[in-house]
Amino acid sequence: MKGFILSFRSEFYKTRKTAAFWSSIILPLIICLLLFIGFFSHSDNLAKQPGAMLWFQFAGAILGVMGSLLLPMLIVFIAYSVNNIEHKAETWKTLFSLPISKLSVYSAKYLYALFLVILCLALFLLFTLGFGNLLSVVKPTLKFNEYHMEGFLTQLYFKLLLSSLGILSIQFLLSLLFRDFLKPMGIGFAATIMGVILAGTGWQYAYLYPYSHAMLTVKSMHEARGGSDHAMPQLTVDLFTKDIWVSLAVAAGVFILGYFIVLKKSVK
Amino acid sequence: MVIDTQGLSFHFGSQQVVKSLSLQVPEGSIYGFLGPNGAGKTTTIKLLLNLLKTEEGSIRIFDKDLQSNRIAILAEIGSLIEQPAIYLHLTGKENLMNRALLLEVPESRVDEMLALVHLKEAANKKAGKYSLGMKQRLGIALALLPDPKLLILDEPTNGLDPNGIIEVRELLIKLVTKHNKTVFVSSHLLAEVERMATHVGIIDHGELLFQGSIKDLEGISQPRVQVEVNNTVDAANLLKKQGFTVTDITEDNLSVPFTSKTQMSEINALLNKNNYQVFSIHKVHKDLEKLFLDITQKA
Repeated sequence: MKGFILSFRSEFYKTRKTAAFWSSIILPLIICLLLFIGFFSHSDNLAKQPGAMLWFQFAGAILGVMGSLLLPMLIVFIAYSVNNIEHKAETWKTLFSLPISKLSVYSAKYLYALFLVILCLALFLLFTLGFGNLLSVVKPTLKFNEYHMEGFLTQLYFKLLLSSLGILSIQFLLSLLFRDFLKPMGIGFAATIMGVILAGTGWQYAYLYPYSHAMLTVKSMHEARGGSDHAMPQLTVDLFTKDIWVSLAVAAGVFILGYFIVLKKSVK
Repeated sequence: MVIDTQGLSFHFGSQQVVKSLSLQVPEGSIYGFLGPNGAGKTTTIKLLLNLLKTEEGSIRIFDKDLQSNRIAILAEIGSLIEQPAIYLHLTGKENLMNRALLLEVPESRVDEMLALVHLKEAANKKAGKYSLGMKQRLGIALALLPDPKLLILDEPTNGLDPNGIIEVRELLIKLVTKHNKTVFVSSHLLAEVERMATHVGIIDHGELLFQGSIKDLEGISQPRVQVEVNNTVDAANLLKKQGFTVTDITEDNLSVPFTSKTQMSEINALLNKNNYQVFSIHKVHKDLEKLFLDITQKA
């Protein structure tokens, strides 16, 4: 356990000045800020909307990109970055010749990648809520303050996190095994596009495919709103759907598989 | 024995890189692990650090089996393998701090190490901007950081300038004589190893061709006396008449197997007395290549 904590702290120490770390902070900030500016400058058109609709548009705009492309690609990038730092510096051999168990080194790295994903999603949630409320303060005509969806959004982001675990494990393992940028990136990108298509077309078995899970989660939000525009949106998130169970199972399975590969693998 | 391997073998695919290696590294020695590039030195070192899985044979370090005591053994080893593994986006000091964090070594030790390898001035410079020699010194500092009982260094003087080489050599000698450490150091330069090693192992094509103390090696390497003289052919004939064995004659030089310093002065006196102009006379060792040939032919 001590080895794990030391390794995790070292991961933070190593990456705190890298793009991987800062992109998890700056990406949510920039996207939410851009949206804030967009809403602010179009406030005249949006003033007629009720608070609930404003929130849906505001949060939905972010979640739309997030589910389809942004979250999977961010995970591909984070998984690549935390492993690439060792590939680039040729430090795998040093990491594995330290008096720290291979499980600690491996799991600390994996959980650090997970930590970056959590950090990023938490900031998306925080900035969405923060900028939404800020809009109603700086433009009182935008009635964000009339409606609250903190609980719903938190649940939804939590579900997004769960839905992303499968991809995280797969991409983490790919980035651990391949030292070049193109393989994990290319595979991740192609698989994500396929996931979006599968989930988008509503293929009934899309829930079995990890790269569709984020999209399925975002789609479930639209369904929760109900078909009719007049109907009051139903704000419930069914957390543990089939796709989430698949995501968790894939995450655990690939994580364990990765550990055995690390145990067997020769360190170059 | 600090390192004791028996019948150690390793393959990369169909190519056998290490063949039935039996290394014996005594405590308190500087063990020079010699061999040309591609002889299997780095592979052996990676086996010793459990980075490669031992296929055949056994490795005991500090009299403990490596497979079953991996972490306890690694806790006592400091290592530098191939090019130093350094995070180029971190400064020299941050590289050491990161390792100190992992090994729970106090920050004061980091400063000590920086001073030891003369990187204090460059401590806050990005390691990516370091010269090859500075990187190598940082690598040595990283290996020394946990104050290990055994140091395993793969070509530690690669890329160092003559001053740097002397410093590393003196540092290693000091570690062994004053701090009771054991050093296992690989090199492809015999001259380099001769100057500091107490024990030598010579490896080629994955096979250990020679192992023993530096004295044993000197016995085999048969130094010779090289004489630069104005008329080599006649001078050689004169020496032969006086009972010297002349092994090699070129236009400028002739060679006689070295036996003692007195013999050198005798040769010098004899040639002078007979009006030969001796420009230089000195003892030379066979280079590693010739030594290899010698050792392999004997085997």
